[in-house]
Amino acid sequence: MTAAATCSFSHFVVCLPSCSNESSQKPPRYYPAEDAKSSKSTYKVRQNPPKIRKSITPGTVLIILAGRFRGKRVVCLKPLESGLLLVSGPYKINGVPLRRVNPAYVIATSTKVDISKVDAASITDEYFSRSKDDTKEGEEAFFEGAAPKPAVVSDARKEDQKKVDAALLQAVAAVPMLEGYLAAHFTLSSSDKPHKMKF
Amino acid sequence: MPFHRYVELGRVVLINYGPEAGKLATIIDIVDQNKCLIDGPESITGVTRQVISYKRLALTDLKVDIQRNARQKSLLKAWTEADTMNKWESSSWAKKLTARKTRAGLSDFDRFKVMVAKKQKTAIIAKKMAELA
Repeated sequence: MTAAATCSFSHFVVCLPSCSNESSQKPPRYYPAEDAKSSKSTYKVRQNPPKIRKSITPGTVLIILAGRFRGKRVVCLKPLESGLLLVSGPYKINGVPLRRVNPAYVIATSTKVDISKVDAASITDEYFSRSKDDTKEGEEAFFEGAAPKPAVVSDARKEDQKKVDAALLQAVAAVPMLEGYLAAHFTLSSSDKPHKMKF
Repeated sequence: MPFHRYVELGRVVLINYGPEAGKLATIIDIVDQNKCLIDGPESITGVTRQVISYKRLALTDLKVDIQRNARQKSLLKAWTEADTMNKWESSSWAKKLTARKTRAGLSDFDRFKVMVAKKQKTAIIAKKMAELA
């Protein structure tokens, strides 16, 4: 909140830490001829991350239902600020890298993997944001765009993948048959009734 | 083929519809062509004395020796003497029901384990069959 704003609502002033500085500021020598409009105070709403259903916790095995990795069973590492879930295949088992998925397109199973030793604290939403400089603008980029460029995975990403998966793979190996389970696709056959199944 | 299971006093029945579905009971009286009076005994099967439609019942092979409109006490005695619950549980019908229930309660991971076990079983059978042929 600016100083001007606090003056206009003087009877609402709440003692903020910034209030104490006011006495040290020099008052202006001249008053402006016209009243300058004081900037409106904006109340910034701090949004909490969206709620994620109870069945999804860090360590839950999820079945991805949409996108490139549909049908894959992956391990949820943590929910992110944006409301998406951070998952990992692990990459070595089923080819799913560290990735964000929308919880709406996921089935949460009752199987949990112990991920207490997995450190994914460094991986946030910003980690997945694209760097500005790799999007070329202008005509040149437009014509170039016609030819599909091979996806390049940076070495840093590969390193992070290895780091996270090292502990995760150990946790998976500790449970018998879990590795095969994560490697297998989720499918339905004609007699399966998904609305009656327990996951 | 003659019938073997009759609606009669002492006939043990399986309730297959309504709040008591899946529980056993005993016919203790016949009301009319559509309904009969049943009783658990409650301490064994959890079914209280009530009138129920035949449509909600499935007759089993089991029968207990009781009087018409038998009391809880004598019904309980008849059941324990005839060892009815154990007989029921060893029947293939009851086993099928429990198996179905366990199957329905399996998680995704459990279903995967079953699938793997089935594959192993068929592999063993196929191998043996190949040896025999």
